[in-house]
Amino acid sequence: MEAKDIKADVVHDVTGTFCPVPVSETAKQIKEMKIGQVLELIADDPGVVEDIPAWCKATGQEFLGMYEEDGEYHLFVKKTKELK
Amino acid sequence: MKRRALALLSGGLDSSLAVKLVQEQGIDVKALHFYTGFCITEFKRRTGQTKDDGTPYTNPALKAAAQLGVPIEIVDISEEYYDIVINPKFGYGKNVNPCVDCRIMMLKKAKEIMEREGYDFIVTGEVLYQRPMSQTPERLKLIEKEAGLEGLILRPLSAKVLPPTIPEKEGWVDRSKLLGIKGRSRKVQIELAKKFGLEYEQPAGGCCYLTDETYATRFREAYATEGMITRDDLVLFAVGRHFRLPSGTKLIVARNEGEVNFLKGFKNRYGYAYRADKPGTFALIKGNPAEEELQLIADIIARYSKREPSQVVIKLPDRELKLIGTPPSEELLDRMKIYAKKEVKHGS
Repeated sequence: MEAKDIKADVVHDVTGTFCPVPVSETAKQIKEMKIGQVLELIADDPGVVEDIPAWCKATGQEFLGMYEEDGEYHLFVKKTKELK
Repeated sequence: MKRRALALLSGGLDSSLAVKLVQEQGIDVKALHFYTGFCITEFKRRTGQTKDDGTPYTNPALKAAAQLGVPIEIVDISEEYYDIVINPKFGYGKNVNPCVDCRIMMLKKAKEIMEREGYDFIVTGEVLYQRPMSQTPERLKLIEKEAGLEGLILRPLSAKVLPPTIPEKEGWVDRSKLLGIKGRSRKVQIELAKKFGLEYEQPAGGCCYLTDETYATRFREAYATEGMITRDDLVLFAVGRHFRLPSGTKLIVARNEGEVNFLKGFKNRYGYAYRADKPGTFALIKGNPAEEELQLIADIIARYSKREPSQVVIKLPDRELKLIGTPPSEELLDRMKIYAKKEVKHGS
């Protein structure tokens, strides 16, 4: 499935913020969500391309994919476990 | 019973190894990464800078946590951090780095999380005598005491040359398997990284721009000249070229497009000037320039906009004017420029 076709349960826009805010915002959202739900994070800090997948790997969440459009990155994270 | 530890993780080699060493002993680790607001990586990204290969700077702590397989939490202490930068109880290091106060603040936060979430102790990558200001035995002890964590901070890289901590005395970790590293050499750490197959960022540390000499020069100069330092100042000291005009007004001139965009974000709070006839630089005007300095501002804008005569717009709170600027002499500029007149170094 293309990243563009992923349906998100929660959309969170953090454009204008930079490392590490997009990551801490992702954590905040995931904390509030139910297991199985998908978060779409919209960011314009290019560093998220590496930071979010790394955060997912560290915290055991599933990174579903991403796409870029007009300088904005759309990243999809599926909550697979509770955050420690 | 499986013991649980919170580790302070910068993402450098030392803190990564500290995590690895306690993981090897069967300890369940969660990493904490602190956001102070003075992170060079963040700043580079904000101003659109990239690595030589064009990729963005990444957060080393996230990379390290992913590699170590530990959950990581980012702890934002930027709000409170202002106070310790302006008025550190235990003073500054070589530049305006309040390393002792900073450690205490981070450890206090870690203690809160430890108590709230039921962790047993704290792990750090500190190495005895590695940093002259904050890593002497006396300082380590003081920091522990101030944070209310006496005996609860395990420093796996230097444990054998430090008094036994509670985790060691209680047998949660085996002291004999910890290390006794001292000093600035990183040889042992580099070998261990190889052994564990850990990749790490080089150079380690140096992520905090409070240890930057030019930053410190601007901080001290502003304090001496203006008598106070604002939150904006703390950000602006890291950006652009800074000039102090004879009236005491400060001019902050962008060095590249990233900085132009960054400084434009402060337009509603300060006066500003920019080249109007062609693309060029942008500068913030902090203070009230004297009448005869308006031409000087236009000249400086011209100097940093392709070094040619330029049409310059100056916008002050009460008016807007257009002037033709002509690049002034380098000697005149150098007299007003605020920077460390030596090479910039990192490290505390």
